[in-house]
Order: sequence, then C-alpha cells, then structure tokens
Amino acid sequence: MDIRELYRDVILDHNRSPRNFGRLEPADATAVGHNPLCGDSLSLTVRLAGDRLKEMRFNGQGCAISVASASLMSEAVTGRTLAEVEALYREVHALLTEPTHEPAMPLGKLMALAGVHEFPARVKCASLCWHTLHAALGPPTSAGAAAAPTVTTE
Amino acid sequence: MSVQPTRPQPLPVGEYADAQGRLRADRVRADFPILNREVHGRPLVYLDSAASAQQPRAVLDAVEHYGATTHANVHRGVHALSQEATAAFEAARDTVRGYVNARSTREIIFTRGTTEAINLVAQSWGGTHLQAGDEVLITHLEHHANIVPWQMACARAGARLLAAPLTPTGEVDLAAFTRLLGPHTRLVAIAHVSNALGTVLPVAELVALAHARGVPVLVDGAQAIAHQRVDVQQLGCDFYAFSGHKIYGPTGVGVLYGRESLLAAMPPWQGGGDMILSVAIERSTYNELPWKFEAGTPNIAGAIGLAAALDYVAMLGRERVAAHEQVLLAEATARLRDVPGLTLVGTAAEKCGVVSFTLAGIHPHDVGTILDREGVAIRSGHHCAMPVMTWYGLAATVRASFGCYNTRADIDRLLAGIDKVREVFA
Repeated sequence: MDIRELYRDVILDHNRSPRNFGRLEPADATAVGHNPLCGDSLSLTVRLAGDRLKEMRFNGQGCAISVASASLMSEAVTGRTLAEVEALYREVHALLTEPTHEPAMPLGKLMALAGVHEFPARVKCASLCWHTLHAALGPPTSAGAAAAPTVTTE
Repeated sequence: MSVQPTRPQPLPVGEYADAQGRLRADRVRADFPILNREVHGRPLVYLDSAASAQQPRAVLDAVEHYGATTHANVHRGVHALSQEATAAFEAARDTVRGYVNARSTREIIFTRGTTEAINLVAQSWGGTHLQAGDEVLITHLEHHANIVPWQMACARAGARLLAAPLTPTGEVDLAAFTRLLGPHTRLVAIAHVSNALGTVLPVAELVALAHARGVPVLVDGAQAIAHQRVDVQQLGCDFYAFSGHKIYGPTGVGVLYGRESLLAAMPPWQGGGDMILSVAIERSTYNELPWKFEAGTPNIAGAIGLAAALDYVAMLGRERVAAHEQVLLAEATARLRDVPGLTLVGTAAEKCGVVSFTLAGIHPHDVGTILDREGVAIRSGHHCAMPVMTWYGLAATVRASFGCYNTRADIDRLLAGIDKVREVFA
C-alpha cells in the first residue's frame, strides 16, 4: 500500500498549518494527553455554550498524524452538541481501528484518517486527541475539579 | 559424563575476511536467516541492532539443539540430561568469562539482561552500602536502565543521584565529572557506549578517577559488548552489565560481571532455589558465587545461545567487526551531513555504529513509518534515554545503528528512504 494512503494531502496540510492551535484562557474544560512511547503530548482547552462545544484549541508536540488529527478534530467538533461530539468520537475510533467500518454519520474531512488503520503502530497517534477531548468533556475525575484529567494511549 | 556439543564448530576465519583482512559482510549476511525476508514487499534493511541485534544460524541452532537433545533443569538431577544441561550451562558461563576476561566464573552472574544486572547491584550493593547523605554519580547520557534503579536505591537510602553533564557533541564533560566526584560519592554508574548518541565513554579514565577516591564503578555495557573488545580487567571496572540480545544472542539473558571481593560481600537479592545450600524454616545458608545471585531455574537455553553468539563474534574477530562498523559509521555520517535539513545528534570524536538525527519539520515517527514502508527498520523515539533528549531539547530522534551484517547497500537504502520522506513532506 502506498504511503500516501496515510500521508494524504489533507493530513500534510493540517500538519503544516494546524487549525485552532493555541490555548483558550479561561477555558470551561481542559485535558492533557500523553503518548509515552513517542514522548508526544497534547493539551486541549475547550469553551462551552450550553450543551454545545463553542471553541477548542490545542497545543503540544507530536508527529504529523497526531497534529493533523487534532487539527481536523478541532474543526469537526466546533459548534457541535456534546452528544454529537460523543458520537463523532465513537465513529472516528471505529474508522481508525475497523477496516470495513461504514460511518453512521458524515465525517467530512475526518475521512482523511481512513488510511491510518493500515498502520497499526500509528493508530494511537491519530486517536490521542480524541481520547483527550473525551476526558476533557467527561465526568469530573476523582482528582477533583482543579486537576485537568490526563490520558495516555498506553 | 558425555556432553553433547551444543555449539557448531567454528568455520575457518578466512571465509569471513577478504585479502586485506576486512570483514566480508556479504558472507556474514548468509548466516542470518532473517535477512532473507521482505518487509512491505522490499528486502529487509535492518538498522536497529542497537535495540536488538539479529541472531545468526549458529545461535538459533545452539538453542534448538539444546532443546532437542539436552534440556533438563540444572544443578539438580543425577540423571544424564540434568548433568549435561548443567555442564552446558556452566560451559556457557566460562565462555562469557573468557569473552570479557574475568578472572573467574565466580564473577559471572547470569541475569535476564542488563536491566536486571543493574537492579541486582542497586538492590544488593546499594541496600548495604548507601546511606543518607551519600551520592551516586551517573551521566546525562544514561539509558533509563542505568538511571531508575539508582533513583530507587537512593530514595530508599536517602542518598542523592547526580548526573555529569555533556558537551555539545555528546561527550561526558570530564571536568564536571571530576568536580561531581566528591567526598560523598559512593558509586559511579556509567554507560560504556551511549545507546542514543553512540558516544564511547573513556571508561578506563573514568574508572581511574573514581578509584583514586576509592569509589567503585559499574559500567552499563549493553551498547558496547558487540562493538568493541571488552576486557573488564583492562577497564578496571567493578561491575559490568550486558544483554545477550545486543550481541546476536537471545532475549531474556544477560550478564553481570562483578569483582569477586565485592560480590562475596554482597547479600543475595532474590531468594529461592539454586541460591541456597540448605534451608530450614528458621534460616537458610546461601550458596557460593556465582549461584548466590541466581535464584530459581535460570534461562539455560538463553545462556547457551549467548555463549554461541559470543563464539560467533569471536570467530568473526571483534576488531574486524568493529573496523567494519566504523567504515559504515563514517560513510553514513558523511552522507547524512549532506541531506538538507538533517541534523546529526551526537557527534563525539569516538563513537560506535550509531547515527542519531532529526529532519527539520518532520517528526521522527513519521520518518520511521515511511522508512518502514521502504523496508528499512530504524528506531524512532527517545531511545529509553529521555534525559539525553531533554539535554538536546528534543522529544525524539531517528536512530540508525549498525551490526556485523550491515553493508554499504543498507546505507544506500537508508538515504533513498530519507529522500522518500522528504518527498512526502515536501
């Protein structure tokens, strides 16, 4: 299989010019994600408006797949209800891990990640941002509201 | 007692050397079955020997032969197989002794690997010698295996862990090392060769500095053992640790060399069978060296495989292999320097066959994936040496490492792969 199946033009573009890169201060929700194998890290900040995700920014360092995935995610989730974000989270997870998955909802530019499942070592790069967002929006952890949840892909 | 030979007879050395005495890597390659396989439809180019070196037929055969003809538990039975297995296992110990030029097999302890060997010393020696206010001195280029056990030992004792800084080229700053070696230093623990940078440390010199202050020295030899002559008496070190799988042997077996006077005074670190002479519920009498430190059934097949690997490298000629790898290192270094946007990380004057580098604007994992699709296996990441990465302000590098079976053609494929990476990310 051609390497371009992984590094599609959309991925390379979002890696080169990540959208919504930075930090929101103050933020309504935040989480930090780590990929211990790579040493990559990702920090997400989110602002909510009612049950909608109004804005999201991310920063950190990572490979092209993880940066592009976070950038694509930030565009895909902006303006969505939290229920829609949760549904997207499940759809993208299936897209990354199941070769024959038929999306139950239109995924738009996120379909650029469809080649990742052919590269098992890189699935966690693409999914790190989604797990981190899931943690940011999830129920408060036992660590208390003051501590941002931390997720790892291990 | 009859002992089945578990190692094939060495082949004539001439077969492996050309008229100038240089290693014939093309002949060496024929001994490594795995090099015949393809990865993603391309012939494998294996440039990750620093993580795990491949095994020659001689090693695979020795392990297979042991399992098919000799396998039994050691130091236990009176039956023929147990005696043969014991003889083969202890013969492997003597092969290791000879390879590193230890004075006695009492100084050779089989472990699971380098990591376990260092943990043994950190727990047994550290547990009885480190006290509050003491210091253990390491360097900033250590593998995690030569950092974390000392952090744990220091935490237990209330001692401090100090790390000697590096120069910009990735050498240990000798002046700083000398300054840090102080009245509270109880142990020096240093790599022989940096796994992330390839730097060869001046071990004999560092040992002399430490010994002048009466401080013993442990050397993490994981990255050195396959790439240069290791003579523990010449180095003067007190402990030397290495792993089988870094020197063309099996995983799950390694060695701790320890100076006998130190080992004899150290308490056992794990209890169980084999490490005792007698056991009553109230107390036990511990076995002699080296078995005092080998609780439980050891990795017998692994030790036999390791001995076969050492015999194999000795047959190739350690100096010949080292010279071959230096040629590859010099060529790879020169050619990589010419790649636009490529920065070499670790440019010490004396290096083993490791080239670590970054490509501007391209993450090492993306380099690794694209090279993999080209059939080229390299390591990308922090190489279990995160303090080295931090030292250089990097999260990760790409690392290509050479072994006895690598050739110029492998460097061609590496460079072609890097061209492909740059094309994808253009």
